[in-house]
Amino acid sequence: MEIRLDAVGHRYDAVEVLRDISLTIPAGKITCIIGPSGCGKSTLLRFIGGLEQPTLGNVFQVGEQPDGCLNALTYIFQDFALLPWRTVAGNISLVLEDHGLPKDRIDSVITDVLARTNLSDFANALPKQLSGGMKQRVAIARALAVNPAVLLMDEPLSALDSQTRDLLMEDLVSLWSRTPFTAVYVTHNLQEAVRLGHQIVVLSRRPGRIHEVVTIDAPLDQRRTADPDLQQKHDHLWHLMRDEARAADAELVHGA
Amino acid sequence: MALETSAHDNDTPARPVPYRGGGFRPRHKRGVGLIVFAILIAIAELGTRQGWISALTLPKPSDVFWTLVEFWQSGRLTQNLFPSLTRLVVGAFLGTLAGIGTGLMIGLFSAARAGFVPLVAAIFPIPKIALLPLFVIWFGIDEGSKYALIAFGTFTPTVVATYGAVDNVDRTLIRMGQSFGLSWMSIVRKIVLPGAMPGILSGLRISLAIAIILLVAAEMLGAEYGIGAYILQAGSLYDLDRLFAGVVILSLLGVVVSFGVGKLETRLLRWRV
Ligand SMILES: Nc1ncnc2c1ncn2[C@@H]1O[C@H](COP(=O)(O)OP(=O)(O)OP(=O)(O)O)[C@@H](O)[C@H]1O
Ligand SMILES: [Mg+2]
Repeated sequence: MEIRLDAVGHRYDAVEVLRDISLTIPAGKITCIIGPSGCGKSTLLRFIGGLEQPTLGNVFQVGEQPDGCLNALTYIFQDFALLPWRTVAGNISLVLEDHGLPKDRIDSVITDVLARTNLSDFANALPKQLSGGMKQRVAIARALAVNPAVLLMDEPLSALDSQTRDLLMEDLVSLWSRTPFTAVYVTHNLQEAVRLGHQIVVLSRRPGRIHEVVTIDAPLDQRRTADPDLQQKHDHLWHLMRDEARAADAELVHGA
Repeated sequence: MALETSAHDNDTPARPVPYRGGGFRPRHKRGVGLIVFAILIAIAELGTRQGWISALTLPKPSDVFWTLVEFWQSGRLTQNLFPSLTRLVVGAFLGTLAGIGTGLMIGLFSAARAGFVPLVAAIFPIPKIALLPLFVIWFGIDEGSKYALIAFGTFTPTVVATYGAVDNVDRTLIRMGQSFGLSWMSIVRKIVLPGAMPGILSGLRISLAIAIILLVAAEMLGAEYGIGAYILQAGSLYDLDRLFAGVVILSLLGVVVSFGVGKLETRLLRWRV
């Protein structure tokens, strides 16, 4: 399934947050959205997932949902959003229970997604017993369980330390390589964008507009950090970001 | 390198870094509560035996104990305790249930909040005992008015605790539930209610203690049997042994209730960090 944004604009009272965003999120690809702090990335993602409505423009979902899809637009949150009173398996079962599936079907889905995210041994652990990286794996497993058409991730790794972040990026790459999924990945970490994005959308400072869309053709599983092409893309993105970030920073100081 | 060795070279005195952490963390100390009780009772026993506490001020703890034993053997304990417990359980159950329900409504619907919060604020400070005559007219002289009094007394603190707890449920979890397309009912049942449970249970602790106080008050104002009636009778005869036996039973009831809530907390809130 594809997502199409048509001239989306938004304002919170007096503050214009987003302006004239037209963009296609292609199916089976990962689209990264980067931009300075406060430019409206999270807001844009909430529009895509239907958690909020833009004041201007429209968001369309184009095409059919995959078979067995229980929740077409599925989020992975920065702070994991796991229910602390449910076990790992219970957290996953939470999102399956409302669909009237038979018990053994639910159990087999849980077993399957736990295996895919290497969590099989932790099915009965409570979130408080898990490290941050593990918690985010559970959240990924939960998202996979509903067989989503589009995964919406808002800085999913930014609460984690850099080693864990690298490991989880590898996990995402291998998950995608086995079964490509459509994803929108919001981040302000350029390494993540260059590592995971097929298409990288650079937003300008507030009001967020599309500054540039960079595409990277190298297959995800063949991207190496030392690759000069990738390094060049990275530098280009950094160049784009730096001026915006500097200007945004100065603005905040003025605003205060 | 230079930094490490200089201390030895110059023979500057080395002192251990003083420890200033610790404390502010309640720890489980077994038996301390019992020891405090035992010491107080021992002092009372000693005082009454040796006469520096007059028999008019305090009965001998051992006499109270034997009164309790006699009370139990004569079967009058069950005769008085059973009606009291029934009143407590029925009244507290009704009040707590209604309180949790209303608290949830207030927490979930802005209209309910606007309508009920001022009302709750208005009835919270009313001493419920003052309303007993009214309850007698509304619900009858016997059990009905006692249930109503206890229910009413537990209702308001439960409401306040519940809606406060609902307000404190992590909004990102609710947002998560919505983003996975959970039904409204599921979100309330599986996210809001368990998330509010810690607050509801600490409210329960307070409202059950209030329930015991009201139970005794109601029984003092009119009941044939019940711990409150027993204490009132003993008091009017100035029978300190029996009066204290009744008070001991109430204290034990309080301890049992608090222990029960504690057990419930450890069971239901195992997930807490
Ligand atoms: N519910 C809201 N009401 C009013 N203003 C809001 C609301 N949500 C966001 N904003 C404002 O809109 C702007 C964009 O917010 P948003 O969270 O989308 O930015 P972001 O790009 O995700 O930033 P960050 O990189 O810090 O996550 C910010 O200035 C923020 O203060
Ligand atoms: Mg954000």
